[in-house]
Amino acid sequence: SEDPKQLIQDRKEWADLEPVPQDDGPNPVVKIAYSDKFTDVYDYFRALLKNDEKSDRALLLTAEAIELNAANYTVWHYRRVLLQALEKDLREEMRYITAIIEDQPKNYQVWHHRRMVVEWLNDPSEELEFIAEILSQDAKNYHAWQHRQWVIKEYKLWDSELEYVEQLLEEDVRNNSAWNQRHYIISHTTGYSDPAILNREVQYSLKQIKKAPHNESVWNYLKGILQDLGLSSHPGLLEQILELKETHCSPYLLGFLVDIYEDFLENTLEHHEEVLSKALELCELLAREKDTIRREYWSYVGRSLQTKYGSSDSSTTTSAPGSDSGSVHQETPCSS
Amino acid sequence: MESVSSPLRCFGECHTAEKYTDDGVETVTSVEQRKVERSIQEVVSVYKQIHSLPHTTAVFATMTEPTLLRDQHYQYLKKGLRHLSDAYECLDASRPWLCYWILHSLELLEEPVPTAIASDVCKFLARCQSPTGGFAGGPCQAAHLAPTYAAVNALCIIGTQEAYNIIDREKLLSFLFSVKQPDGSFVMHIGGEVDVRSTYCAASVASLTNIMTPTLFQDTPTWIVSCQNWEGGLGGVPGLEAHGGYTFCGMAAMVILGKEHMLDLKSLLRWVASRQMRYEGGFQGRCNKLVDGCYSFWQAGLLPLLHRALFKGGDSTLSLQKWMFEQQALQEYILLCCQNPAGGLLDKPGKSRDFYHTCYCLSGLSVAQHFGNMDLHHELIVGREENRLAPSHPVYNICPEKVAQAIQHFHQLPVPVPAQKEGSSACNTTTDHS
Repeated sequence: SEDPKQLIQDRKEWADLEPVPQDDGPNPVVKIAYSDKFTDVYDYFRALLKNDEKSDRALLLTAEAIELNAANYTVWHYRRVLLQALEKDLREEMRYITAIIEDQPKNYQVWHHRRMVVEWLNDPSEELEFIAEILSQDAKNYHAWQHRQWVIKEYKLWDSELEYVEQLLEEDVRNNSAWNQRHYIISHTTGYSDPAILNREVQYSLKQIKKAPHNESVWNYLKGILQDLGLSSHPGLLEQILELKETHCSPYLLGFLVDIYEDFLENTLEHHEEVLSKALELCELLAREKDTIRREYWSYVGRSLQTKYGSSDSSTTTSAPGSDSGSVHQETPCSS
Repeated sequence: MESVSSPLRCFGECHTAEKYTDDGVETVTSVEQRKVERSIQEVVSVYKQIHSLPHTTAVFATMTEPTLLRDQHYQYLKKGLRHLSDAYECLDASRPWLCYWILHSLELLEEPVPTAIASDVCKFLARCQSPTGGFAGGPCQAAHLAPTYAAVNALCIIGTQEAYNIIDREKLLSFLFSVKQPDGSFVMHIGGEVDVRSTYCAASVASLTNIMTPTLFQDTPTWIVSCQNWEGGLGGVPGLEAHGGYTFCGMAAMVILGKEHMLDLKSLLRWVASRQMRYEGGFQGRCNKLVDGCYSFWQAGLLPLLHRALFKGGDSTLSLQKWMFEQQALQEYILLCCQNPAGGLLDKPGKSRDFYHTCYCLSGLSVAQHFGNMDLHHELIVGREENRLAPSHPVYNICPEKVAQAIQHFHQLPVPVPAQKEGSSACNTTTDHS
């Protein structure tokens, strides 16, 4: 078999094939200073493509081309054509793609290739474990999560996933990908309509909030699961949040309160003035002191609430949206 | 025009209070975040030392203001347009992207592209065009929506007749149909993966070159909407975590298709506004992840789109001067933390420069400097006036004049008739596009 250290042009197994140099034209732009090895491999790859050669040596060459640039989707496509035409052992291909992904887990093509092989084999049995291994190195790898969601949905492997998610959240409660997966699993299995499930999730979220109040993910999750029903509709939630405000305050808690109040204004007719004034006060506090990076946003939210729910005679306090530019650096009391 | 010539936000006494609060619970996320904050603090404190030298003259004062290293970036870009080191072998299937990233960076810097090079770019991109339509990552590679997007944008930046004439519109349309899926989505290339980037690439090139047909984007808006999740942002495909790059692609595609109101704009706004980092000033791509200069465009670039969409929807409470993110803070992050002194921009301190980050850091800087459109324009330039970049079109991310010119050119041409697929039965050709 071939010596990978030798250039293709020096290997006797390739003597019959004429390499095809890349034609960038007479005045190239974005011209890459390819190494000799790179040029060599790709000159032969172009030759194979031109002749539509389907052989074992072609398959070997695609592996060399991939090693030099795993993002070359044309090579990957050709490899798949070869695998099918030559009826290659797909188990062996699984071993191959496993190694490539371990080495380059942030590449689109490698994951897509793995998905194709799994589909051809119709065998997802290695997937959850493999993906878990990749996630153990980078718990937020987007491609890994994408592949995981596909496998679970396609092959109905829902059963143990919530447990896996909880394990990840145990390791890092700030892993937003894990929170997303939690939502994914529950949405596709029990759903959130069952009050027992919803309540379980609310309690779980509040528990995580108490442990780490400045974790934005959990606040977003809590809002995410309650917003369809309406934040103000969940009994006792407002009171619980107001209680938390004393000991576990954060810009996220304050924002959540704004959301509850807004939902209340949307869905109830009573106490409008009082609720609106609380909401506006919070927007002002967030803009001025607690979440100043989002000052423009919170000011907008306040103006919107005022316009939508304010009574026609109390329009004096809304600052006109073009006139408050003034000094960019107002003196603001620092939050402790 | 507002020029912020003194206190930088990151010099303020309240800035350190914005550091991450880990509540005494250390996890990988909080550890990594604090590492980044320490490195930013280091950059800021070095900068402060320079800045706090007594400046007795106005001239000296301007020298200590945040400065966009225009000349250095220009040299880096000029060279890269011709030659790239072997470090770029990994982008051998993305060469039209290199053309676009560099040309767009040059146009933001208002540096002209010499006619000869412009013509050479056109000829090169012609070699990247596939015989079956669309553009590939390089000569003799397969067509792919991402380099197609990049090639069309690059040609529109050049904006000459030669450039426009490179694009085979009929074949481009058939390529788009060939990657269209029944559920409204698009694969990136034949035999390739689906994700929301493809809808943006397809919508962008189709709208610029005037090849939109009634059925081309059928069900696409519904599919894009299904990518919006519980967080308010969009994931790459339905079910995935909200992510800045994919959210930009989805939103921009919806704007092109005129269907932005199908999205929950309020949730999207809340999500993206929350992605600006309170300490660093730049944007993260996803909740609880790290700041990255490229999100200066993908994330901050959503705010002009949202502003316009909300305005179209009848919102009367929108600001008339500012986007709904902290423009000054973003500019400071880019200028102080994302520039390589030898030219080029980058993700965050400690990372290497590259043309992708150069393009998107500069694009984000432009977004942060320019509010509004041609009718209502308000500028906020951090540092010297020379830091000012050209404005960019928030949907296509090329200069607005180039967008207008391209649309004007291609709208003079008829929309191509979708060709019959090979091997189809001899049915009459009028059925495709009733």
